[in-house]
Amino acid sequence: MAMIRNKSRHRLVAISLILPFVAIFALVFAYPVVEVVRMSFTDAPLIGDGDWVGLANYRRLLTDSLFYTSLVNNGYFVLLTVIPTTIIALMIALAVSRMSGRMQALALVLFFTPYVLPVSVVTQIWSWMLDFQFGVLQPVIEFFTGKPVPVFKNPFWVMPTVAVVTIWWTNGFNVLLFLAGLRNISEELYEAARLDGATRRQLFFQVTWPLLWPVTALVLTLQLILQLKIFDQIYLLSEGGPFNSSYVLLLMVYREAFQLNNGGYAAAISLVLFLLIVVISVLQFQILRIGGKNK
Amino acid sequence: MTRQRRIENSVLTGITLIAGLIWMFPLYWAFVTSIRSENRVVSNDAGIIPDEFNFSSYVDALFNSSLMDWYINSIGTSVIITAVVLVSGMMCAYALSQMEFPGRRMLYGIVLASFMVPAQALVVPQFVLMNDLGLINRWAGIILPQLVVPVVIIVYKQFFDAVPKEMKEAVVLDGGGDYTLLFRVYLPLNWGITTALGIITFIMSWNAFLWPFLVITTEDMMTIPVGITQVNDAFGVAYARIMSVALLAAAPVVIAYLIFQKRVTEAVMISSGVKG
Repeated sequence: MAMIRNKSRHRLVAISLILPFVAIFALVFAYPVVEVVRMSFTDAPLIGDGDWVGLANYRRLLTDSLFYTSLVNNGYFVLLTVIPTTIIALMIALAVSRMSGRMQALALVLFFTPYVLPVSVVTQIWSWMLDFQFGVLQPVIEFFTGKPVPVFKNPFWVMPTVAVVTIWWTNGFNVLLFLAGLRNISEELYEAARLDGATRRQLFFQVTWPLLWPVTALVLTLQLILQLKIFDQIYLLSEGGPFNSSYVLLLMVYREAFQLNNGGYAAAISLVLFLLIVVISVLQFQILRIGGKNK
Repeated sequence: MTRQRRIENSVLTGITLIAGLIWMFPLYWAFVTSIRSENRVVSNDAGIIPDEFNFSSYVDALFNSSLMDWYINSIGTSVIITAVVLVSGMMCAYALSQMEFPGRRMLYGIVLASFMVPAQALVVPQFVLMNDLGLINRWAGIILPQLVVPVVIIVYKQFFDAVPKEMKEAVVLDGGGDYTLLFRVYLPLNWGITTALGIITFIMSWNAFLWPFLVITTEDMMTIPVGITQVNDAFGVAYARIMSVALLAAAPVVIAYLIFQKRVTEAVMISSGVKG
C-alpha cells in the first residue's frame, strides 16, 4: 500500500516538475506547429478565418516565380556563407590556439565581440561604411572596380555583401567551437607524431583535421541551418531588392503574411521552409558522418 | 620549444592580432563617426583618425529619443525570458534525468525534435495566437514565444545524468524529496552550467529581432534591436547620431561580454556540446 502511494506521489512530483515547460511548449510551440499546417490548407487572412482550399496554396507556390527566385537566393546565400565562414573560423582558431594565455584572450575579444551585437547595430554600421557617397569602404571598392558602387542597390553586389556582413557578425561563434575542439585534442598525440618525425603538414592532415572533424561537421550543420533562415540582415540592408535579387523565403513569408495579409499562403511557405531545413540538415548530417567515418 | 618555433609563434601572434584589429575596424569606425559633428562626418578631408571629440550626438540620442524606453523593454523582457527558460528547463531536465513517469521517453523525443524546428517557421500562427490573447504590443507578447529553448533542457539533462548516484542517496536517507534534490544538490553542483545557459539565453533574447519586430508596432514598446531601426526613419541622414545610437544600443551586451569574457567563451563551448 505504502509502495503504491509512494509511486503515485513520485509521479505527481515528476508531473509538477515538467508542467511549466510542457504548458509553455504546448501553447507557443506545439499548437502553432499544428496551426501552421492547418492554415496552409486555407485561404485565411493573417487575422480571421478562411475556407479550406486543399492544396491550392501549394499549387500556387509551384507557379510563383518569386518562390523559385527565393529558393535560388537562399541557396546562393548558403554557398556564400557556410563554407567561407567555416574556413575563416578554422584558420583563426588554429592561429589563436597557438597563442599564450593573455594574447589569446585579447585575440578572442577582437574576433568574438561582433557576435554579441544586435543585428540592427551590425547592419547600421555596415550601411554607413558602405554608403555610396560617404562610405569609408567605397575607396576600397573603387580601387577594384574603378568606381564607387551602391552595393545594396546593385543586383550583383547585394548578396555577396550581405554575406560578408553576416560572416563578420557570426564568425566568432565558429572560432570558439573550433578552439574548443582544438583544446580537446591531447598534446601527447602531437608529441608522439613529432617523435615519429611528422612534418607540419602531416601533423595537420593526420592529427588535427581527422580529430577535429566532428566539430567541423557541427559547425557546417549549424551554419547551414542558420543561413537558410536568413531574414534580418537582408530585410535591414536591402529589403530583398534590387529587383528581388536578394529575396529569400523568410522575406516571402513576412511579405505575404504581414503586408499582403495572406495568412494561409504564408503558412504554406513557412511549412516548405521548415521541411527544407529539416531534410537538408538531416541529409547533411548523414553525409558528414559518413565522411567522418571514412577518414 | 626551439628558438625557431618561438620566433614563428610570435610572428603568428603579431599577424593574428593585426588581423583582429582589422576585424574590429567597423566598431572603431562607428565610434570615430559618433564623436564627430554631422558636418565633419560628411566632409571630404575627414580621415580615419579621430579629430573631433564631440559627444553631443550621444546626449541627443539619450535624451531626445525613446532609447531609454527601449533599454527598459529589452532588459525587462530578456531577464524574464532568461529566468523562466532556466527554471522551467532545469525542472523538466531533472525529471527527465532522474525520475520515472509515463511518457518520459516521448517527452525527451519531442524536446530533441523541437530542436530541429526553426522558430521562424512558426511566426505566422504565433502572431495569430498572440493577437487572440490580446498580447500584441505587450511584454508578454514579446516574451512568450521565446520561452521554448530546447537546448537548455538537453544540456541540463546531460549534466544531471553525470551526477554520481551517491550524492543522491545521502539526501534521500535524510528524507529529502525531489525538489530538495534538485535545488540543494543537482543545481548547486551545476552552477557553471546555469551561468553558461543563462548567458546564452540572455544574449539570444537581447538580440532577437524578427519576433519583437513583428509583435511590436508602437515605438515606446520596442526593444533595442527593433527600436534603433527607427532612428533612420525619424532623422533622415544623420550619421553621427545613427552611430551614437547604435553604439549605445550595443554597449550593455558588449560591456557585459568584456567583463565576463571567460564565462561567455565557456558558455558558447558548453551549450554547443563541444566541451563538456
